[in-house]
Amino acid sequence: MSYGAIPSSPPLTVMDVGFSRRCVPSTTAGSFYFRNIALAMPAMDFVWELAMKRMPWHIAVFLAPAVLLYSVFSALPLLDTLRLGFFTSNDAGQTSFVGLANYITILTDPAWSESFWNAMWNNCKFFLIHLLIQNPIGLILATLLSLKGLKGARHYRTLIFLPTLLSVVIIGFIWQLILSPLWGVSEGLLDKVGLVDYFAPWLGEEGSALITLALISVWQFVGIPMMLIYAALLAVPEDIVEAAHVEGASAWRIFWEIKLPLILPTLGLVTILTFVGNFNAFDLIYSVKGAIAGPNYSTDILGTLFYRTFFGYQSQIGSPTMGAAVATLMFLVILAGVGAYFYFVQRKLTRYEL
Amino acid sequence: MHNTLYKASVRAAITAALLAGSAAQAGTINIESWRVDDKTLWEDVLIPAFQKKNPGIQVKFTPTAPTEYDSSLTARLAGGTAGDLITCRPFDKSLDLFKKGQLEKLDGKPGMEYFPASAKVAWQTDDGKNTYCMPMASVMHGFFYNKKIFKDLNLKEPKTQAEFFAALETLKKAGKTPIALGTADQWESNQIVFTSIGANAWKGEEGRKALIAGKAKFTDPQFVAAWEQMAKWGPYMGKGASAQTYADSQNLFAMGKAGIYPAGSWDIAYFNQQGLDFGAFPPPVAKAGDKCYISDHTDIGMGINPKAKNKAEAYKFLAWLGSQEFADLYTNKVTGFFSLSNHLISVKDPVAKQMLDWRKSCGSTIRLNAQIMNRGEPAMENELWNVSSQVLNGKMAPKDAAAKIQTGFAKWHKPQQK
Repeated sequence: MSYGAIPSSPPLTVMDVGFSRRCVPSTTAGSFYFRNIALAMPAMDFVWELAMKRMPWHIAVFLAPAVLLYSVFSALPLLDTLRLGFFTSNDAGQTSFVGLANYITILTDPAWSESFWNAMWNNCKFFLIHLLIQNPIGLILATLLSLKGLKGARHYRTLIFLPTLLSVVIIGFIWQLILSPLWGVSEGLLDKVGLVDYFAPWLGEEGSALITLALISVWQFVGIPMMLIYAALLAVPEDIVEAAHVEGASAWRIFWEIKLPLILPTLGLVTILTFVGNFNAFDLIYSVKGAIAGPNYSTDILGTLFYRTFFGYQSQIGSPTMGAAVATLMFLVILAGVGAYFYFVQRKLTRYEL
Repeated sequence: MHNTLYKASVRAAITAALLAGSAAQAGTINIESWRVDDKTLWEDVLIPAFQKKNPGIQVKFTPTAPTEYDSSLTARLAGGTAGDLITCRPFDKSLDLFKKGQLEKLDGKPGMEYFPASAKVAWQTDDGKNTYCMPMASVMHGFFYNKKIFKDLNLKEPKTQAEFFAALETLKKAGKTPIALGTADQWESNQIVFTSIGANAWKGEEGRKALIAGKAKFTDPQFVAAWEQMAKWGPYMGKGASAQTYADSQNLFAMGKAGIYPAGSWDIAYFNQQGLDFGAFPPPVAKAGDKCYISDHTDIGMGINPKAKNKAEAYKFLAWLGSQEFADLYTNKVTGFFSLSNHLISVKDPVAKQMLDWRKSCGSTIRLNAQIMNRGEPAMENELWNVSSQVLNGKMAPKDAAAKIQTGFAKWHKPQQK
């Protein structure tokens, strides 16, 4: 059961961003150079024109695979989900248009809205824990790793990143065993350091289950922000740091006043990736707590709510149309979050030309 | 989420395409099922037995994990790529498929004559006019106990609730986990505990039918009583039961660390494999001499996909499922599943036989909410998992659990709105 589009996508997306950012200036420079030659050498005019005429074909051919794949596997399903949310289906499986009825049910019918807002609030907590714990730890780890003369930095990097590569199902299973009050090692370990009184079946208690799951997820994915921030830190030019050093700035001050402002865009990116990932999350909760995300729905997030609604669970008969409405609401939440980020944060970030 | 959704359907389509590809050869019938555990048994025992009588028909048993069965089957049926034979969940899940035209009407088909009306109810339309699955087997609920521990502590099979709690107390004092039960997976709280031990209180079918007819409410004493018993279990469930999974409970009992295990009859096979010496007793009654009731649940049936590629062969297979031979093989090889047919079968496993004998003295009933009550919104089965687990954990009072279920039920069930 790996519904995890999330674990694999962040690094890819990031690579994309990094790649195109580096690429843009070089292509512009290239064509500029090309045009200069064309201007300088009249004989080249013909070639230039020919190239210009052929250009649209090149573009079409090169764009085709991406456009095709993206529309077939991403854009069309998304549009179809949005469409499906306006329909309802009867016992015989026929669908009919109902306008906003599904959304009104989800947001106003107490049976639905209670579970929807519960899932939404849990999801916010899930995200906040990642934001406040995963990303700062990622930043600290990246800073430590980028320290000069740290022995075995490469090994640490690999080890910390390793859990990210494991299947969420395995992670869920392992942690369930570690934390098990029957055979888990955690109670024994706490006993050794005299903290055994603080041991509780964390995954089973209403107050702690969601936090525990969020921390497991943090443990697994902390490698991603670490790697991204580490890459950004490596990109901070040596000479600036050295100059500051010569001027007498302490390592502390160099971090806060030089490195941090330079990696702020990456931190923003990490935040937004965490946001999108968390509001799409599903697999860890499902593999540890099942689709009824217990105890008492305390670990229910939008992903598990969507799963129950769309596919059904036990006596709950799945409804693709209601499910599509829940999926659309999730899409809107993510869209609003990303939109707000771009409008209020990304636009105002100062970028330094290095 | 849209991409997750899409991924799932793409995956279903690919699986379906693969299945369809393998089904292309003439005369192969595919069986859809959630009984992953029985795969070897089907391949090594049941299918060869069928082929001996019907040479030339290839049968493939292609199970999906229980939790994914319903959703993936729905996807495959909708895509027209599901197998020829469909293993049926009881009541509304299958009724829903029949209404969508995804199961054949089976009345009068060869083999159906061997099943009593009471067995067919689980796979019939409400008016009883259409039967769409052949009943295969039922499961029974009760308690297993560790014979060695009981002998050492001089305990007897408890017959009344007072004896039951006395036994729990003795087990606890002896340093054993009295009840191997956890609430991490939640389903046991309802399917193995609530609807099993409660049957005595609501007098089986009588109470169940009264709820459907609107003559009784969940808040009535006979229903609250079941939760009240469960609320007293907490101290005997072992430390950290709130994070204990079904597999944990099984291991705890198999390792001889627990005295009593609230069981479904399908567990017999597992504990036999583990070489455990155990016996069974039905849910204890309130006071000595009360009539006992057991949860004897019609659990599994078999239907035919109207779009089956090899329908004639599928019907041959179905006719064989109705035979004495299948009933005998299934009951004795798939220990803990009891044939629902009229055929006379001798049950060989001692514990299975013990459980089957309960039918002689106790009244049989199906799981409380299985018929009709699961139909509405909020989904009662899911609600019952939730509240029953909370009652066991001591987080919810029995009367609040009852009130919550009753409110949800009355919201959509007309007879309850009077």
